[in-house]
Amino acid sequence: MSWMNTVSLWIIPAFLLVIIAHAAIKRVPAYDSFVEGGKDGFQLAVSLIPYLVGMMVAISVFRESGAMDLILNLIKPLLVLLGIPADIVPLALIRPISGTGALGMMSDLVSQHGPDSFIGRLASTMQGSTDTTLYVLTIYFGAAGIKNIGDALKVGLLADAVGVVASIIIVTMVFI
Amino acid sequence: MVHIIWMFLLAVGIITAMFNGRMENVSEAIFTGAEEAVTLCFGLISVMVFWLGMMNLAKSSGLLNIFTKWMRPLAIRLFPEVPPEHPAMGYILSNITANLMGLGNAATPMGIKAVKELRVLNDDKEEASRSMVTLMALNTASLTLIPTTVIAIRMNYESAAPAEIVGTTIMATACSTIAALCIDRYFYYRRLRKRKGFT
Repeated sequence: MSWMNTVSLWIIPAFLLVIIAHAAIKRVPAYDSFVEGGKDGFQLAVSLIPYLVGMMVAISVFRESGAMDLILNLIKPLLVLLGIPADIVPLALIRPISGTGALGMMSDLVSQHGPDSFIGRLASTMQGSTDTTLYVLTIYFGAAGIKNIGDALKVGLLADAVGVVASIIIVTMVFI
Repeated sequence: MVHIIWMFLLAVGIITAMFNGRMENVSEAIFTGAEEAVTLCFGLISVMVFWLGMMNLAKSSGLLNIFTKWMRPLAIRLFPEVPPEHPAMGYILSNITANLMGLGNAATPMGIKAVKELRVLNDDKEEASRSMVTLMALNTASLTLIPTTVIAIRMNYESAAPAEIVGTTIMATACSTIAALCIDRYFYYRRLRKRKGFT
């Protein structure tokens, strides 16, 4: 799989080269233009602080109080009944809420069951196939000052549910 | 919707801790959570400055426009309300491309720029427009071709084939993306119907 590494190492520099080359051909003052655009970056990142602090404090309080485990244990029998492997349930439920939490859980599953086991492959697929819905919504809408987010949360969570079910079906079909 | 979740997480957490005897963990969690968030934002500064700078360069040299033209057939179907020439379209497409290549870092600043431009298109309202919800749907489902972090973790645990999950990931992510777009359309048309019902 060394080509995979090569691709991921080359992709960003190659992309940058294309941008620079095009700017050179068009005789754009490249450096000035870069600096002009980059000026927004600092402010944008700092303006996200209150949104993320609020959300991450709430999530870590919820997790550390034991409330998360409590709710997981309540929902677990229902999901197991639907055919979702018990080991994977916590990951499936945390994936849309906390990116770092899910990453930790996925590494844990992979180390416990082995990366090439059914659970290991399923956890890897699940982790890779969706993004943290709550984080995406907090950051994008927070930075743009959107207060009424419409149906965005419902759409995101429902799509996550489809992703979980699809991962289970696909991994079962491909690897068993 | 987000305030309900936020208040729920905090209130349920604190009340559970009362009965659980885990108040100490909770008061610690408040500070570690806040610290983690600030560290994350500071980590974002470097990424945001760099990619927004590069994007501005691509915009002023006209590269972003060329790219938008290539993707137009797809873009006008996904985002019928955004004029194809508008800068918002350029940012939306770069956001999608960065996601496809697994460059989550680069996707975030472009996505934020896109939502800001969409807000301008939506008369600067504080309400999410239809296009914004579609963009969010695409981003939360995150159509990925190369899940780099996952492959790295599998390598760490000495997998015989760390990248064997690429195929299943692409299939799963395609399912959730298609589902996200369908659900997005469903909610949009349902909302339209409701509004018609009232008038």
